[in-house]
Amino acid sequence: MPFIPHTDEDVTQMLAAIGAPSIDALFDEIPAALRSGKLTQVPEAMTEMEISRLMHERADLDGRQLNFIGAGAYEHHIPAAVWQITTRGEFYSAYTPYQAEASQGTLQLIYEYQTMMASLTGMDVSNASLYDGGSALAEAVLMAVRAHKGAMRVLMPKTVSPLYRAVVRAMVKNQHIELVELDYDPDSGATPVPTADMGDFAALVIPQPNFFGVLEDVDVLTDWAHANGGRVIALTNPTSLALLKAPGQWGAAGADIVVGDGQPLGAPLSNGGPYYGFMTCKQALVRQMPGRIVGRTVDLEGKQGFTLTLQAREQHIRRSKATSNICTNQGLVVTASTIYMSLLGPEGLKRVAATSHANTRSLLAQLCAIPGVTQAFSGYGFHEAVVQLDRPVVPVLAALQAQGILGGHDLSADYPELGNALLICATETKTAADLQRYAQQLSLALSQ
Amino acid sequence: MLIFEHSRPNRAAHAQMPAHAADISDLPAHLLRQDVPLLPQASEMDVVRHYTRLSQKNFSIDTQFYPLGSCTMKYNPRACNSLAMLPGFLARHPFAPATTGQGYLASMYELQEMLKDVTGMAGVSLAPMAGAQGEFAGVAMIRAYHDSRGDAARREIIVPNAAHGTNPATAVMCGYTVREIPTDKEGDVDLEALKAAVGPHTAGLMLTNPSTLGVFEKQIQDIQKIVHDAGGLLYYDGANLNAILGRVKPGDMGFDVIHMNLHKTFSTPHGGGGPGAGPVGVATRLLPFMPVPVVTKENNQYRLLVEGDIPATIGRMSANHGNAGVLLRAYIYARMLGAEGMHRVSEFATLNANYLLKELQQAGFDIAFPTRRASHEFIITLKKLKDETGVSAMDFAKRLLDYGYHAPTTYFPMLVPECLLIEPTETESKETLDAFVIAMKTILTEAYATPELVKGAPYTQPVRRLDDVKAARELDLVWRQG
Repeated sequence: MPFIPHTDEDVTQMLAAIGAPSIDALFDEIPAALRSGKLTQVPEAMTEMEISRLMHERADLDGRQLNFIGAGAYEHHIPAAVWQITTRGEFYSAYTPYQAEASQGTLQLIYEYQTMMASLTGMDVSNASLYDGGSALAEAVLMAVRAHKGAMRVLMPKTVSPLYRAVVRAMVKNQHIELVELDYDPDSGATPVPTADMGDFAALVIPQPNFFGVLEDVDVLTDWAHANGGRVIALTNPTSLALLKAPGQWGAAGADIVVGDGQPLGAPLSNGGPYYGFMTCKQALVRQMPGRIVGRTVDLEGKQGFTLTLQAREQHIRRSKATSNICTNQGLVVTASTIYMSLLGPEGLKRVAATSHANTRSLLAQLCAIPGVTQAFSGYGFHEAVVQLDRPVVPVLAALQAQGILGGHDLSADYPELGNALLICATETKTAADLQRYAQQLSLALSQ
Repeated sequence: MLIFEHSRPNRAAHAQMPAHAADISDLPAHLLRQDVPLLPQASEMDVVRHYTRLSQKNFSIDTQFYPLGSCTMKYNPRACNSLAMLPGFLARHPFAPATTGQGYLASMYELQEMLKDVTGMAGVSLAPMAGAQGEFAGVAMIRAYHDSRGDAARREIIVPNAAHGTNPATAVMCGYTVREIPTDKEGDVDLEALKAAVGPHTAGLMLTNPSTLGVFEKQIQDIQKIVHDAGGLLYYDGANLNAILGRVKPGDMGFDVIHMNLHKTFSTPHGGGGPGAGPVGVATRLLPFMPVPVVTKENNQYRLLVEGDIPATIGRMSANHGNAGVLLRAYIYARMLGAEGMHRVSEFATLNANYLLKELQQAGFDIAFPTRRASHEFIITLKKLKDETGVSAMDFAKRLLDYGYHAPTTYFPMLVPECLLIEPTETESKETLDAFVIAMKTILTEAYATPELVKGAPYTQPVRRLDDVKAARELDLVWRQG
């Protein structure tokens, strides 16, 4: 039987020890009427060889195109060591590090991760991760409202990913929190400082770079939010932080909470998951932060060690009074990210960011040289950009796909006001020849 | 030693980064970073050696027996990992058209169908990324259901006092108040208390069955009737689904909505604390509210149903399709088990638990519910030992680490004093269980002969017992140079 080691002899001996006539008898407390019949929708077992054949066939159907889609999930080179070490059984099959003495590997790694993320974002503290970027933003919204102790409104620019906004809506819907959407400037693609009175608000979300790849005027927005009594939630792409000013340095006082998706730091695109959400914040907010946190301490003999701390915030202790119902972090992906950041170091991450940016800029120039293609926004961008086409996006993308190219993310459903708009991204994984191929094929598609 | 202490200025893993620094002069200076982030500057070998050594400071299923109650630490088959990490799956962007992901989507569709069958539910959404998110989705659907009927007075969720902490925390996140009801001496829900608690204000009851006390809730049919008659819905916390997989379907017990922990029952890795996966299954009346996306099959093509397809959906739990790679691992595991293998899971998990219970009882341990069958797990209480020797469940657990066993779950459920919740799972052999019993007996003897020895444990781990109070009072959450 798959994954069950028992011999017939074992079963006989064990039943004898229990004093039960059969395995069936061990279920005698379950009302007989509830006993289910045979599973009909579960096929017969496959051997490892058979399932291997099937999964290879299926994987071969997928993911073979030259990809220029970003929109929140980015294709970066992942060093071979990252997942080889991450999938070592000692990391892969370990439980949550509640037994600290037997989990020092995972705990120290998380402490190192927290250090890297706090520094990258310019914040004082970090948690051990949340589920993904969207749910991390939702948790940040809840955290800001908790910390404000009054205002129930959060200002949410439309330049935040439409999917992230959908996740936030779903998660805060039943808690009387009002999400006020802020329009963007149609020329620059950036969020202007609100001129109307926004009333009391708990926080302003500032995406940097925003969903269009445009850079927001973070200093001015941060100072405006603080001057009006709200906190600042920065939503960032962690790769960009190797180049861009850390949220902790935005404006006079810096952002208060920083969140984002950690996927660009070593997680493959993988159909959208598993990724992880990161969250860092200022020291003053640490007790409002959801999720697991690792601290450094000493053992009985004064030796350095690591342990989960501030657990009194969490659901297994506080139950209905917890900061969140969250229990897990995305430990394995955080393991990969920590190794990724360690391998790349400050210079490597900066080169990844800079090369991705330069590639996107080069692609944008080549595409905008094609008749019928224009750049949508005048604002400064980072590693992603919106182009507008002279015809509907869907058939153009289909024509590109037929040539093995995923040409970008169609914005027409979420941003109809932008017309035939396409969000494009070229990371460091694209060569000059790749960029040229895309431009040639788009040119062909538009000349039809 | 921390990775930062291996760091040297200008050392780097050159082969892993782009060969040249690209021009970024188009970016405005006032938006650029001026300082250097604190990331390690190390060679590839430094990094590989450091994290390999760290891994060796962990207990894991691959290296140790993990009888951790309520966590189902069964073997994680290696093929599930290697096949889920095939390049075609890893390379696919979540926004790529469905036509470029038919292999993945077919697998997900079939996983949904299998999970519907084993749970007896009408629909399954794979979207939630962990058990707690599955709970959130489940309770949000209960709320959406009542709200859609204009039944706005239902604002209370009932949970037994033995419930996981996520249950009450989730109910609060969904805007509900929580009422806890007691458990009787046999470990079952106190029916009289339940009857007194339900009414027109009841939105639903959240229940784990078998319960966190390790016993099957015998009166489930009565409970079902009481809650439904009062107009409430029944939520199944699938934490202990391993105990009844292929044996009893939550849908047949009358549950309206359930979440499953695929990192328990379907053997996806715990990964040192995640990622998990917490799909939800629903009865027919909750189908309109399922979280998106859901995989559908139309004309032999698979695609994701999104907000427009399920207009009353409670919405999105993640930006994409949940923890997709974890779901693939669960799918591969389910296919290797097959129907027959799934029936066997609960049978052998239950056999192992009852055998271990009996052996430990004979070795002199007090069983919390001695008149009951164990489900896939059971509780022993060390209250007598604590009273007589001062050795606590925590001390006992730490001493087990010295014998090479991960500790059982301690101090949960909170109802049983000085408890150890023990779940061996079906993948452990009789020899492992027998060796574990010997270690438990040895520690029991030690506790009476030399209690200080047990109170000082562990001695063989990378660190001795840690100062948690210092950790919380003098917060040191990030390393700072110098």
